[in-house]
Amino acid sequence: MNEKVMRNQRKKQTIIFSVIIIVLTYLSANITGFNILHGIATLPEAIVWIFSNLYITQESLEKLPTILEKLIETILMSIAATTTATVVSIFLGLMGSKTTGTNGVMGVFARFIASVSRNIPVVAWALILLLSFGQNSVTGYLALFVGSVGFLTRAFIESIDEASLSAVEALRATGATYFQIVYKAVIPQCLPQMISWILFMIETNIRNATLVGILTGTGIGFSFDLYYKTLNYNAVALVTFSIVIAVIMIELISNHIRKVIL
Amino acid sequence: MEATTYIKRTHDGRITIKSGNKVERVMSGTLTVLTALTIMAFIFFDYTGLDLGEAFPATVYNLKTMFLEPTLSHFSWGEAFYQVGITLGLAFLATILGAVIAFFLALMAATNLSKEWVSKTIRIVVAFIRAVPTVLWVLIFAIAAGLGSEAAVLGMLFHSIAYLVKAFSESFEEVDQGILEALRATGANWWHIVTHAVLPSTFTYLLSWTFLRFEINFAVAVAMGAAAGAGGIGFELFMASGFYFDLREVGFITYMILVLAIVLEIMSTRLKNRYFPDSSAN
Repeated sequence: MNEKVMRNQRKKQTIIFSVIIIVLTYLSANITGFNILHGIATLPEAIVWIFSNLYITQESLEKLPTILEKLIETILMSIAATTTATVVSIFLGLMGSKTTGTNGVMGVFARFIASVSRNIPVVAWALILLLSFGQNSVTGYLALFVGSVGFLTRAFIESIDEASLSAVEALRATGATYFQIVYKAVIPQCLPQMISWILFMIETNIRNATLVGILTGTGIGFSFDLYYKTLNYNAVALVTFSIVIAVIMIELISNHIRKVIL
Repeated sequence: MEATTYIKRTHDGRITIKSGNKVERVMSGTLTVLTALTIMAFIFFDYTGLDLGEAFPATVYNLKTMFLEPTLSHFSWGEAFYQVGITLGLAFLATILGAVIAFFLALMAATNLSKEWVSKTIRIVVAFIRAVPTVLWVLIFAIAAGLGSEAAVLGMLFHSIAYLVKAFSESFEEVDQGILEALRATGANWWHIVTHAVLPSTFTYLLSWTFLRFEINFAVAVAMGAAAGAGGIGFELFMASGFYFDLREVGFITYMILVLAIVLEIMSTRLKNRYFPDSSAN
């Protein structure tokens, strides 16, 4: 009897859940003008198009030096944005964490900065900064920097909160100053976690850098946009392929580092 | 460089002692390399047309105008909500379709439910898809399928599938091996195992991951509107800043995106705390 009631209730919940999902899907399809059947129908066409147009030819390979130069610029930009954001985030993280925070107001301030800079998408930052900084690497760098500060501060606050309090307390008992506690107890404990987050951020930033590049006209995103708009699809394929190789290589390196340190 | 002994000495004869273990060396090595690359980056930056003395005050002024005097001038409140609806719709479609497809692919990618070569093949394909930035997928589909919501959803779908297959298959692999064995012993077929053991024990995880992806997809949908002409609030943002140079409108749109993103983040943090109390990764 009881089991039957529970089962019925379960069934009801499943049905309500499915209905909500279906209604939301229908509404979204309606508002965006997305036709599922059309979408499915174009998929094979799209894939055929990709295979018949997006391949690398001898001619496009001649552009490889320029593309590589842009790619390296993009990678360096992502790394620079991440490392400089790390420095800022460590301070914000220390202010925002419950373990090391000294002052409630500062904690709230740190969390607020992190939340705002994280939740305004990188695209918006790129467009806002483009207005005053113009078309150069610094615009892309700053857009990535602001987004990274938001994300890393949240990650660092979590890592610092997880670090054990006993080491901090022990040092406090010896009369260590605030910076000694941070430097000798908090940072050593969180460093592996922090490096892992930094590496993750670099991977994300390289992908975002392409997007920011398209908007701000810098780096590999600009090369892609240029070849894309001049319908040079072989060069587009080469750009895409070089991004893929770069991203996968960086992922492999950081996975290797993570394996050792975590 | 003594060939006779195996002890390395410094030039004044002292034995060299390596400080720390491998972990510390790798960590300090990583940090050193990153610092060096950062310095290189600043040297090689393209500073064309940049005047920092002018740009910083201008940014401060722009930000002040944006955030303190937000107004709408090119469209109405109703239109603004409609555009936000389009962005949410794109994100929702990409997420829900991605979740359904990823569920089946993840079943094939999970090592405890599938053959080794199948799971390896899927993993490699997924890694490749993930490595191509979403915006490139959308732009590529835009030529192949024509500009519009189809291209945007298909492009975002690709990335969502790749992300969710990884997350889902990891959840499936955590299912207790004993349960699977017990069901296999009763003669249950593969589909029975999936619906009666794997799905019930991982459902909440799948739901949370899907919601997390929805949160990401919202930001991606804004980006696609701006960079790939997919429509929605992102496109309005692009128009306001790139064509009308209307800072007040940019400010208004940014506020809208910010509020929605914070609401989504609060919801997903709640889900995360409820269902993954002890994991902090991703």
